[in-house]
Formats: sequence, structure tokens, C-alpha cells
Amino acid sequence: MNLDFSRIYGDIPYITWGILTTLQFTLLSVLFGFMWGTVLALFKTSPFKPLNWFGQVYTSIFRGTPLLLQIGLVYFATPQLLVFNGKPLDITPLQAGVLTFTLNSGAYISETIRAGIQAVDKGQMEAALSLGIPYRLRMVDVILPQAVKNILPALVNETTTLLLNSAQVSTIGVTDILRRASIVGAEKYIYFEPLLFAGLLYYLLAMSLAVGASFLERRLQASG
Amino acid sequence: MVDAIFKIENLCKSFGKLKVLHDISTDIAKGEVVAVIGPSGSGKSTFLRCMNLLEVPTEGKIYFKGVNIADPKSDILKIRQTVGMVFQHFHLFPHMTVLENVTYAPIKIKHVPEHTATQAGLKLLEQVGLLEKQDVYPSKLSGGQKQRVAIARSLAMEPEVILFDEPTSALDPEMVKEVLEVMKSLATSGMTMAIVTHEMAFAREVAHRILFLDAGRLAEEASPEEFFTHPQHARAQQFLEKML
Ligand SMILES: Nc1ncnc2c1ncn2[C@@H]1O[C@H](COP(=O)(O)OP(=O)(O)OP(=O)(O)O)[C@@H](O)[C@H]1O
Ligand SMILES: [Mg+2]
Repeated sequence: MNLDFSRIYGDIPYITWGILTTLQFTLLSVLFGFMWGTVLALFKTSPFKPLNWFGQVYTSIFRGTPLLLQIGLVYFATPQLLVFNGKPLDITPLQAGVLTFTLNSGAYISETIRAGIQAVDKGQMEAALSLGIPYRLRMVDVILPQAVKNILPALVNETTTLLLNSAQVSTIGVTDILRRASIVGAEKYIYFEPLLFAGLLYYLLAMSLAVGASFLERRLQASG
Repeated sequence: MVDAIFKIENLCKSFGKLKVLHDISTDIAKGEVVAVIGPSGSGKSTFLRCMNLLEVPTEGKIYFKGVNIADPKSDILKIRQTVGMVFQHFHLFPHMTVLENVTYAPIKIKHVPEHTATQAGLKLLEQVGLLEKQDVYPSKLSGGQKQRVAIARSLAMEPEVILFDEPTSALDPEMVKEVLEVMKSLATSGMTMAIVTHEMAFAREVAHRILFLDAGRLAEEASPEEFFTHPQHARAQQFLEKML
């Protein structure tokens, strides 16, 4: 097997620019996924049973079916399900991807946050209760900051997973790193070089997250 | 009695099948300091925690300023804002500075202007001797200091009663005194207090009345003088022999 990267020199910028799409996609999904995951975690720790139940079932469905299938469903089914002013709702591949990843990572992140909430010392809740702090403030100002601090490393891991899984949106046509590499491959009938290069880019992104995470962890430990 | 802050009638509490409090009735007057003592597991914490509804009574009535708080319709948040609590393990908010711990609740739930709350908070920190620690995080404090901050945090809500659950039991011996001093001066200033404690000398000196709990019953209720010199109940006699 002969590897000859000189054949894709001209395409390297094109593939590299895919980082922007991949990052944009990952950031949006993590942000929305975190918000949705927080809501789900509050459902799951709520004393109100129907919310509990909803959170459990939701999570088990999204963790129990393939992500690729969820992407396909959201992308192809949304226009048929949601009709707006008599016209099917147009959804771009990127929007469909972000929506799916938000729904999906929300399920995973909610489990992490739930564990984080439950790991906060019970006394914190009692102290907040005994001061007469209402539920919303109790969670937002007392419990969640401590929960999130405990699970920050785990959240960074989730982000890495999401970043790597984001390559799956190339199947619905988002021109992210992987999609661009495939396009180059298809045009020139060479697959190894563009895919290897795309792999390198993903690896570098994942490693930067890992480095960021360990830096963060050390900072957190220092702050006691 | 008109100025009873708490009027407790036939209070019972069970955890599942386990009956922890049996038929407890007593009053706490405004300005009174009541010490709750008794063997481990006798229900002292549970009794105290019923008074701010951290535990919901199974039966009986607890009137706080004339309102039965055991009634499910009562406004629990409002009641807790006027009944302070200090815990054995402090439970300061670790992600807030000392001053923020003290001013958080007044600012966020009583909507006291930040400036006013800060002034009041600093005054309280001065009162418990920790003014210089205002910007420090709780993890940097000793146990005794943490407990004094916790007392200040509770005072910041201007409660009408403060419940103390073994406030010095988690402290190294050399720190017990600084906390008891603060509590003593609170008692002198007329604060109504219910204190679960194993510090017999403190109870004898500071409390106006002793409640002795045994196996979930209010076995004896007496002035400190009577209780410590002529305990009536056999269990109280045994308990005191062990303690003193
Ligand atoms: N949440 C709970 N669920 C079940 N049982 C409980 C609960 N809280 C307390 N108990 C039980 O109720 C009894 C009284 O407990 P409580 O903590 O009130 O005693 P205490 O007098 O404060 O003891 P100590 O001096 O050890 O603090 C004990 O048998 C305890 O195991
Ligand atoms: Mg106790």
C-alpha cells in the first residue's frame, strides 16, 4: 500500500475548514444538550412522580436506540410531522443534527448530572431548606453549582464523545470534517489519505479537550 | 400561655413502622432557652427537626405563633424563614464566601437590598468574631469558625427561634468553648433557643428548662436546678450518672 499525501495537498484546506462546522455543531449540541440534560436531571430527582417517570422513560429510549437512526428520524420525519403555514417545515441537515444531538446527549448528560446532584451532601439541601429557600433557588444556587463542579470531568468526557459522534451527521449531508474528507475521496478515487487526515484532525480536537479537562481538574482540586 | 412561641401537642413521629416520637407535649416561651438531652437514638434530632418541618410529624400539632405548622396547608417556606437551624456538621455553602453565606438568604429571599444585607452581615460576623474572614471560603475555616459562621447565617434571617442540633459535637475540644460563648451571648440577648446538646455544664448554666427524652418519650421536664440535682425519672438518673 502506497500512501501519497501529495495527492491531497490541494484539498487539505478544504478538509481542515470542516473543523469549523464540526466545532460549531459540537458546541451547539453540548450547550443545548447540557440545558436539556439539566432539566431532565431535575425531573429525575423531583419528588413529583410523573416527572420522574418521564425522565426515566425518555432516557432509556434515547440510550436504547442507535444514534444514526435518531438522526435519520429527525431529519426525514420532521418535515412530514411539522407543517407550518400549510408547508412542511424545512429543516437543514445542521439543524436536524443539532436537534438530534441535543435530544440524545440530553439523555446521557442528565444521568451524569443526576448522579452529581445525588452526590451533593444531604446537609446542603437541609441547610437550604432550613433557611426557607424556595425550590428553584435551592437547586440553581445551592445544589447545581456543587453538582456540576463534581461532574465537570465527566462532562468533558461527554463532550469528547459528542465531538467524535458528530461525524455521524455527515450521513445527512452536513459538510463537517468527515463529509469533506469523503467528498475529496470520491472525487479523486483515493480514500486512505483524506480519511487519515480527517482522523488526525479529530484526534487533535479530542486531545485538546483532554488537556483542557486535566487542566480544569487540577484547578478545581486546588480550589478545594 | 400567650407568649408561647411553640406549643407542641401530642407530637408523634414514625419512620415507617418505627415509632420514634411518642405523644410529646410542651411549650416554648418567647425568650426561653430549652435544652433537649437524652441518650443517643432517643429522638432528640427528630423532635427538633419536626419544629421546622425537616421532618413531617405523623400525628399531633405544632403551633408556631398560633398557627399549626403540622397542617399540610401551612406555608413551610415562611415558617422556616423565621425558625433558624444550626447543624452538627455546619453545612455551610462551600461555593460561597463567608459573607455570601451570611447574606445570600436575606438578599435572595427577603429581598433586602444588597448594601443593607452586607452591612448587617458584617455586623453579625463581627458579633461572632469572624469579621476578618468575610472573604474566605468555608474550606479554609476551622470547625469552630464554621459553626460560628453558621450561627451568623442563621441570625441573618432575623429568626424568632433558633434550633441547635448538637452544635458542638463535631468540634475538637478546644473549639467547643468559642461556639458556646456565642450561644451564651445569644441566650443573654433574649433569643429563643432549643438546643440539643451533650454539654451538661452548658445546659445547666444557660438553659431555663431541660427536656429529657428517652426512647421517644418526654420522660422528664424540669428546671436545670431540679433536673441536675434531683432527677425524678430512673432513666434520667442513669443518664446523668454516665454523663457526669
Ligand atoms: N430518616 C430516618 N429514617 C428512619 N429512621 C430514622 C430516620 N431518622 C432517624 N431515625 C431513627 O429514629 C430514631 C431517633 O433518631 P434521632 O436522630 O432523632 O435520635 P437522637 O436522639 O438525635 O440521637 P443522637 O444522639 O445519636 O443524635 C433512631 O432510632 C434513628 O435510627
Ligand atoms: Mg441527633
